[in-house]
Amino acid sequence: MNWTLALPEIVLSISGMAILLIGVLQKRDSFFICSMLTVGAFLVVTLMIVAGHTGQGYNGLFTVDSFSTFIKVLVLVAATLGVVLSLDYSEHANMRRFEFPVLMLYATVGMLVMASATNLMSLYLGLELQALATYVLAAFARDELRSAEAGLKFFVLGSLASGLLLYGLSLVYGFSGTMEFAKLAQVLSDPAHGSPGLIVGLVFVVAGLAFKVSAVPFHMWTPDVYEGAPTPVTAFLATAPKVAAVALLVRVMATPFGHLLVQWQQVIILVSILSMLLGSLAAIGQRNIKRLMAYSSIGHMGYALIGLAAGSQAGLRGVLIYMLTYVFMTAGTFACILGMRRRGRMLEQISDLAGLSRTDPGLAVAFAIFMFSMAGIPPFAGFWGKYFIFTSAVQSGLWTLAVIGVLTSVIGAFYYIRIIKVIYFDPAEAPFDARPASLSVVAAAGALFTTFFFVIPAPFVAAAEAAAKALAW
Amino acid sequence: MNAAGFPLLSLLTWLPLVGAAVILSVRGDEAAVAANARWTALWTSLIVFALSLLLWVRFDQSDPAFQFVETVSWLPQWGITYKLGVDGISVLFVLLSTALTPICIVASWESITVRVREFMLAFLLLETMMVGMFCALDFVVFYMFFEGVLIPMYFIIGVWGGPRRVYAAIKFFLYTLAGSVLMLLALLLMWYVAGTTDIPTLLRTPFPVAMQTWLFLAFLASFAVKVPMWPVHTWLPDAHVEAPTAGSVILAGVLLKMGAYGFLRFSLPMLPNASASLAPLIFALSVMAVVYTSYVALAQQDMKKLIAYSSVAHMGVVTIGIFTFNIQGISGALFQMLSHGIVSAALFLCVGVIYDRIHTREIARYGGLADRMPAYAFVFMLFTLASVGLPGTSGFIGEFLVLVGAFKVNFWLALLGSLGMILGAAYMLYLYRRVIFGVITRADLRDILDLSPREVAVFAPLVVLTLWMGIYPSSFSGFWDASVSAMVEHHRAALEAAVKLAGVLPQ
Repeated sequence: MNWTLALPEIVLSISGMAILLIGVLQKRDSFFICSMLTVGAFLVVTLMIVAGHTGQGYNGLFTVDSFSTFIKVLVLVAATLGVVLSLDYSEHANMRRFEFPVLMLYATVGMLVMASATNLMSLYLGLELQALATYVLAAFARDELRSAEAGLKFFVLGSLASGLLLYGLSLVYGFSGTMEFAKLAQVLSDPAHGSPGLIVGLVFVVAGLAFKVSAVPFHMWTPDVYEGAPTPVTAFLATAPKVAAVALLVRVMATPFGHLLVQWQQVIILVSILSMLLGSLAAIGQRNIKRLMAYSSIGHMGYALIGLAAGSQAGLRGVLIYMLTYVFMTAGTFACILGMRRRGRMLEQISDLAGLSRTDPGLAVAFAIFMFSMAGIPPFAGFWGKYFIFTSAVQSGLWTLAVIGVLTSVIGAFYYIRIIKVIYFDPAEAPFDARPASLSVVAAAGALFTTFFFVIPAPFVAAAEAAAKALAW
Repeated sequence: MNAAGFPLLSLLTWLPLVGAAVILSVRGDEAAVAANARWTALWTSLIVFALSLLLWVRFDQSDPAFQFVETVSWLPQWGITYKLGVDGISVLFVLLSTALTPICIVASWESITVRVREFMLAFLLLETMMVGMFCALDFVVFYMFFEGVLIPMYFIIGVWGGPRRVYAAIKFFLYTLAGSVLMLLALLLMWYVAGTTDIPTLLRTPFPVAMQTWLFLAFLASFAVKVPMWPVHTWLPDAHVEAPTAGSVILAGVLLKMGAYGFLRFSLPMLPNASASLAPLIFALSVMAVVYTSYVALAQQDMKKLIAYSSVAHMGVVTIGIFTFNIQGISGALFQMLSHGIVSAALFLCVGVIYDRIHTREIARYGGLADRMPAYAFVFMLFTLASVGLPGTSGFIGEFLVLVGAFKVNFWLALLGSLGMILGAAYMLYLYRRVIFGVITRADLRDILDLSPREVAVFAPLVVLTLWMGIYPSSFSGFWDASVSAMVEHHRAALEAAVKLAGVLPQ
């Protein structure tokens, strides 16, 4: 048995326990040390993943291939950015407890398992480990009503989705007789096995996973949780778990159910169209920037799902590039949002950004770059994500999806450039408090990546291409 | 290969960003930063202009192919390369962009007083985008610059514009974006068929006739907004009225040419069959633009709005010329684009001159300026007449050639097209009479000052160009003669091939 395949996950879990111990034993201010140790653990594990070899282990439960490597590195980068973003906030919001980075670490372990899961059992385990840790994170500011509410809502609805998923998985198992992805694919390649019961199970699985990526019509939790959760947690929720959930959805649809493309393609197309429409239309009315980001992420998931609906290598490559650009834009945007603070109080209204270009030009430029990028304006990275997504849609002849996609991106552009309007055109308000270095670092990293992605896109695209090749089709 | 011996076009494209970086690095108090930004921007744009004159000198007029070509590997597996080059159609627009930018910077020397540094940054960024767009020989590169123009222009209108600037900026952005994204889908389909986005290769790729129609409509959505054609022109008057003078100048001078350039670069040569079958639609929209917007222009109270509507009418003449598919028509369209680029830019500068003094653009607020501002009255008259199309000015050549081309296609088309010219004379002369002639009634007009040396320096090159183009047009049309004949020939051959194919196939 090739147990070393999961070594990065094992190392990360053990370092999580070690950090927990250090946190308990340390007399004072263990938060910063634990956060730094978590970042260090992430870096070490990233190196281990990059250097690790591919293969399948644990009787098919766990697979390491170029796809899982791509996703894991992206998840770890996103998680690292998430930890860095929480450094300063926690100090202000009385959340300075060492459990915080540890929870993030265990959520990340869950995501890494999700990326490698090639069995219905390991899929569910990874998903739940990630979910349980994020439920707690959402409610972490426990003295705050909104945060507690967000955590509870997230937990109740998330459990419901997990139930749906589990029910779907049991149906799939019942009608096919196996839990392993490879064997499922084998069984389903014979059209005679496409029984109605299996299709019902498949729909339940899609519903459960659609909840995790917050695609319409399973998006209801997103705006409330995004708004209520402490902002660094929102930043974390918006990046790393999204990547892992999309990866899981992609792998499940492409590997075991790849032969049932005709059956689930319509569902994904519908979910994608609804997400893009709701994401662009509902965001227009928002006043709260965190809520706006929730709708924006719903829209982005709609675009990413276009690549899945395309049902091709090119489509999967598009999804991966899209998620890559999405992580950097989103983390950067949240770094900017976390910088919105006056006299120690966090601000969340879009109108609070008025005239930011006068009071803090650096932050304003970064914010504008992220907004243009999210709107898909070249040369920013967001354009390239959309470019490769729409390429696959055109190749697969999904014209309805492509046309709706580009038109909703214009509607979406309206609310993104309205934020830029508030920042640049409106009269200035009082300046924000001085920005801590941690936020500047994340905002700068995101802005640099987003701006200069177009200069050397080839290595990233090649990595995504190699990752997509690891899956079926 | 590259006639300059070094990557001239890349240098022209990216040098403004170097200037922008220098401006960004300036520290100090606000006045020092502003002065520094102005001078850096001016020098950068002047150096770029001087370099671009190499194109004028070294360009081989007898060669219809792309020249000064440079290629850098970018995304080779997907057939996307960073490739720049110019042919007879694009070379003069590169020069137009590099020439108008320093003029705009000088024109906004005193009128832009707030956030000078950001203004100059936006303008240099805009220059990069414009030059890059006209040089691009890869569709993805083209698209990047084509859309990238929106970013600096959005800020120029929105930050330094008039009272309704926010509305105008957002309208401008969304209208243009909505058109462009459909072009993106067309681009992707073309890539899917041809396996590359290299423009010279795409020019030789025959696309299926049924697909051409869809591609053409997608391109039309994008370019029609940019031209702008009736009925999607409504963003233009708003953008022009609210934009600062320099913004209006560059918008009318260069950005409006992007749509017509797109037709010439993509629609016409790549989609010959669809262009031929959908030409009546273009003619209908163009004639509508020429006649209807001319009438609208007659009724305007605001000078900038009037000139904006006249731009729509003039660009209608351009689109008529492009879709005549004969040498005269296309040549005339190119000439009209170039001439309009200079004349309308100059007219917006003329409005800017008196706006800087009196701070209103309302026509009724003026009158009798000839008395106090003789030099200004002369300059304004010259450009008014050039806009009307007086022989001896640049406006005449373009309109005349387009009408000759249109006559070859359809008598009524030419007749309705010339109606625009008569109406054009009406609204422009009416404007001129109300602003310049008459008796001064307002007190503040009595001590209005004539053109300052700075303003003379702004207008002088434009005056020279307008007369040069009108008196000796072949020093300009010589650049594109070879390219246009090759294009017309290619178009005819493609149509004939289609006819032959139709004869062979069973009906």
